[in-house]
Amino acid sequence: MLEVRSLVKTFGALRATDGIDLDVREGETHAIIGPNGAGKTTFIGQLAGNLRPDSGRITFAGEDVTGLGAPQRARRGLARSFQITSIYPEFSALHNVALAVQAQSGHSFRFWSAALKESSLLDPAQKILDEVGLGSRSRVLAANLSHGEQRQLEVAMALATRPRLLLLDEPMAGMGIEESQRMIGFLGTLKQRHTIVLVEHDMDAVFKLADRISVLVYGRLIASGEPEAIRANPEVRAAYLGEDA
Amino acid sequence: MTKGRLIGWIAGVLILIALPPILQAFNQPFYIDLVRRIMILAIAAVSLNLILGYGGMVSFGHAAYIGIGAYAVGILGFYGFFNGWLHLLVAMVASAIVALAIGAVSIRTSGIYFIMITLAFTQMLYYLGISVAEYGGDDGMRLKRRSQLGIADLNDPIQFYYLALVVMLIAVYLTYRIVNSRFGLVLRASKSNEARSRAIGFSPYPYRLVAFVIAGAMCGLAGALYGNHTNYITPSLMSWQQSGDIMFMVILGGMASTAGPVLGTFALLLLESFLAGWTEHWQVILGPLLILSVIFFRRGLAGIFYKPDA
Amino acid sequence: MTFALVFEQLLNGLQYGVMLFLMAAGLTLVLGIMNFVNLAHGSFYMVGAYLTVAATRWSGSYLIGLAAGILGTLLVGILSEVIALRKLYERDHLDQVLATFGLILFFNELVAIIWGRAALFASPPSWLSGHINLFTGSRYPMFRMAILGVGLVVALGLWYVVTRTRLGMLIRAGATNRTMVAALGVNIRLLYTIVFGVGAALAGFAGLLAGPIYNVQPGMGELILIQVFVVIVIGGIGSVRGALVGAVIVGIVDTLGRAFLKPLMATIMSAPAAENAGPALASMLIYLLMAAVLAFRPQGLFPARGT
Repeated sequence: MLEVRSLVKTFGALRATDGIDLDVREGETHAIIGPNGAGKTTFIGQLAGNLRPDSGRITFAGEDVTGLGAPQRARRGLARSFQITSIYPEFSALHNVALAVQAQSGHSFRFWSAALKESSLLDPAQKILDEVGLGSRSRVLAANLSHGEQRQLEVAMALATRPRLLLLDEPMAGMGIEESQRMIGFLGTLKQRHTIVLVEHDMDAVFKLADRISVLVYGRLIASGEPEAIRANPEVRAAYLGEDA
Repeated sequence: MTKGRLIGWIAGVLILIALPPILQAFNQPFYIDLVRRIMILAIAAVSLNLILGYGGMVSFGHAAYIGIGAYAVGILGFYGFFNGWLHLLVAMVASAIVALAIGAVSIRTSGIYFIMITLAFTQMLYYLGISVAEYGGDDGMRLKRRSQLGIADLNDPIQFYYLALVVMLIAVYLTYRIVNSRFGLVLRASKSNEARSRAIGFSPYPYRLVAFVIAGAMCGLAGALYGNHTNYITPSLMSWQQSGDIMFMVILGGMASTAGPVLGTFALLLLESFLAGWTEHWQVILGPLLILSVIFFRRGLAGIFYKPDA
Repeated sequence: MTFALVFEQLLNGLQYGVMLFLMAAGLTLVLGIMNFVNLAHGSFYMVGAYLTVAATRWSGSYLIGLAAGILGTLLVGILSEVIALRKLYERDHLDQVLATFGLILFFNELVAIIWGRAALFASPPSWLSGHINLFTGSRYPMFRMAILGVGLVVALGLWYVVTRTRLGMLIRAGATNRTMVAALGVNIRLLYTIVFGVGAALAGFAGLLAGPIYNVQPGMGELILIQVFVVIVIGGIGSVRGALVGAVIVGIVDTLGRAFLKPLMATIMSAPAAENAGPALASMLIYLLMAAVLAFRPQGLFPARGT
């Protein structure tokens, strides 16, 4: 589904992405882990189209998307959620998701009818919010949602774009234990229907959800494989997991 | 729109409708002209609000379109064309074309660059206006004859007043619909959070450009009316001081609201008129007042009356 | 169109570029370091011109006028910053534009109240009002030559401060990453006030130099300010080097354009047509140049910020 070849991105003297090769198979949940500063967000940024790599190629569903910007990739089914919550604070949760639905339903050069009342946008939005667990909070202003609820909204918006691949950048960032467990449960159901690339620090979530894990350290992939193999890998333990994992 | 706001609008419109006969009864025709001027400039403010208030594009060159609209009337009249509908059409089309050209270059930038670039392009038009001696250059030109519109005689101050009122209301309503449509939502979403908008699949550029053109055309319409109002067309209509004035009308009233630009225009121009009656040097008072309003008065007048549109 | 004439206009262009640079340097630093759009920068230009004219008349000495112009504008700049403008650093550009717009109205009217709306006559000091002979055979006003020299000195001085002193290092750091510099514990408030004050003083200096050449009148600052914006857009925000390059380019293009476009166009079209088209095109030239630069490098030629 997603193929990355020799991806390189430098910022001045820093090689944030140092020649990464990665394959994500359709239907799998592929986790990317690594210490802070390893370049995970830079990598995700290049996958999503926010950053342009210096060299290398990214192929999505057979199409070379390296030169495409984020909106074009989103329209082709490559959706992302942000590590630092990025929603529309002055709109309600429902309208936030409705906007994502709108983005995927043709062009928006319609100037007359009120979009925020269109049932063709609001109904799917409500359904997605129900799925994510925010159904009852749909009328609440996004800025007034709790942090955990906003993280859920992030995922909901990514879902609303009818993605073929979900790039989830630390969806559980800043969440408490209970909320995290709920999110893990929800992601578990998502797994069945979507291909997911999951960047996470929460090892519990990673080992519960991932089919395969890739480990990123200083911009390079030092290991990639099944969870048990990664857990046992001495380099990974030294660099990241620590000896007690 | 909520019931409360609708009532507010109806009340305001009724007052505006009733003003001319009342003012005539008190023998104060000057104020009919003043309110008419305010309403025409309110159209310009409404158009700027579309791209500035809702779109987040700080275009400092919006007065250019007032100038283009006014000069359209003047130049066509210069060559003997007095058909008002032709005037309005040319005013809007010319403004739209210029807006397209300026927007295509400027909207690729953002932030400070965008402000300075829109300002620079407007100044360019201003110098163009000055240097073409044919149409009066620096001194400007007098209208040979006002636009001939079948439906209203612009030489009759009261008919012109009601025409301006109707056009203003149409502009307000059109903007209201645009802003709540799918198109408007993309614009507002891009202002609210551009990264998020791109991530769900919106490319802001085409929408912003179209909004810029619409705003330009609407302002051109205001310009055509304004030229008829002043009966004298000078490049100072396109000056950046005029652009700044329009921006203040939008801000003072409260951005991203339907009533905001109208309230702001009334507030600013009535204030200016009041101060000017006091002293010739009224700008020395207005300046600090504006500074204070920016520092302390963040959400504008509309923010006092009700919460912003969601 | 002799070589002597072209060379003379070239010198004029450089001299105009010097004045643009003096204003652009201050403005671009304030923009780059404090992320503050100051529309009233042109007001400092105007204040400098007026203070110098007034002080020279009152004292009879140009040097006293010069000092009054520079120091007076420095004071006005610092006062503006401390009283009103520093509250706006955290606000968005729109608020800053509007507030400084209000400041322009205030200063323009204040100047009109004190000195009236008519243009004041300012003359260069007697020891600079002669001419010097150029190698081309023509004569060139000493005062304009002096401006060129002064500009060079100031440019060198700024270069030295920005690249060789600790203050300059802070300025450059601030231009690339403001929050970092603040986080390092540097007295940001003082730094900002100094930068703002110096920027204002430079603008005032440009104004007093401009006095004898252009008109001293209310609103004089705004006319040149927009060209200063063009300089900054072309040169890149936050970069003194960009300001210098941009200023020279704009100064030369604008001056040569105004001088030679009309006669040039008269060779390919009728004289009356060139009469209109020449000046019209000349006045649009630098904006077209700006659009061209933006098409290829939207961040300007030497942007201070990285990617």
